[in-house]
Amino acid sequence: MYGSRLQTLAIASVVTLAGGFALAAFYAPMDADQGFMQKIFYLHVPLAIVALGGFVFGAYQAVQHLRTGDPSRDLKSYVAIHMSLILGIGALVTGSIWARASWGKWWVWDEPTLVAFLIIFLLYCTYQPLRFSIEDRDRQARYASVFAVTAGVFTPLNFLAVRLADPLIHPRTLDSQDNLPGEMRLAFLVCLLGMALLYVTLWKFELTHKHARAQLRSLKRKLGAADAARGRSAAPEATVS
Amino acid sequence: MSDNLPDNGGYVAAAYLVFPALVLIYVAIMAIRLSRLERDLAQLNEAADRPAPDEVAEPREEVRAT
Repeated sequence: MYGSRLQTLAIASVVTLAGGFALAAFYAPMDADQGFMQKIFYLHVPLAIVALGGFVFGAYQAVQHLRTGDPSRDLKSYVAIHMSLILGIGALVTGSIWARASWGKWWVWDEPTLVAFLIIFLLYCTYQPLRFSIEDRDRQARYASVFAVTAGVFTPLNFLAVRLADPLIHPRTLDSQDNLPGEMRLAFLVCLLGMALLYVTLWKFELTHKHARAQLRSLKRKLGAADAARGRSAAPEATVS
Repeated sequence: MSDNLPDNGGYVAAAYLVFPALVLIYVAIMAIRLSRLERDLAQLNEAADRPAPDEVAEPREEVRAT
């Protein structure tokens, strides 16, 4: 069910990402200020945007779960947040490498963009421990959904607050169209699309895996029960005869 | 090769290596989980192929009756 079109999606994401990175390397011009180092932008920014978008998507699925009570929505929200955390690690690491190359420091604590992203990332790091600290499945799903909605609302608000704050050294490239000339914008948009496709592919992949595992467990339980029933039904017959 | 890279090319290369490494780690973890699933599925298949106890008992009774 979840695995439909997974192969097409995987191929599309690999082709789009490879194309985007090729455009970034060979088509987009060198940045006048940062030079070759600016090429990290085409990886780091899509990673961060898609990770944040994934958190909001997780919140949307959580709202649907709370509204309908459909457990598959809870699973979708869980996987969306999990995937965003993975991309978030990528955004933090690539950003840190870029910071070291550009500013000479791995991390700058008084830069709102960096700290805001870290806060969101750390907030979502508590999602899984929260889930696994609640044994009752229904309560776990409900509490996790409430968390996902609250944190999901916090994500764009936090992003907006960062946009309104005065930047220290982190550039605000997407604030103005002039910051990104045509070739750079095209390469960036293709990379962003590729990253979004990769996110959807991995999200569907993990959903497919979890769905298959759940089906297998259910089948195991059924077979176990069938075996036990057979055993019980066979034994009395033997004693009667 | 490093002589051909522009200034700070090492950092760019490192950033672009982190990404596939991250995806590879994820894929490796998922591959381990999938192999576990496959093993469970094989066990289920074996269990399904095994004859049920009543199916085994019936012929014995027939032998006793004769």
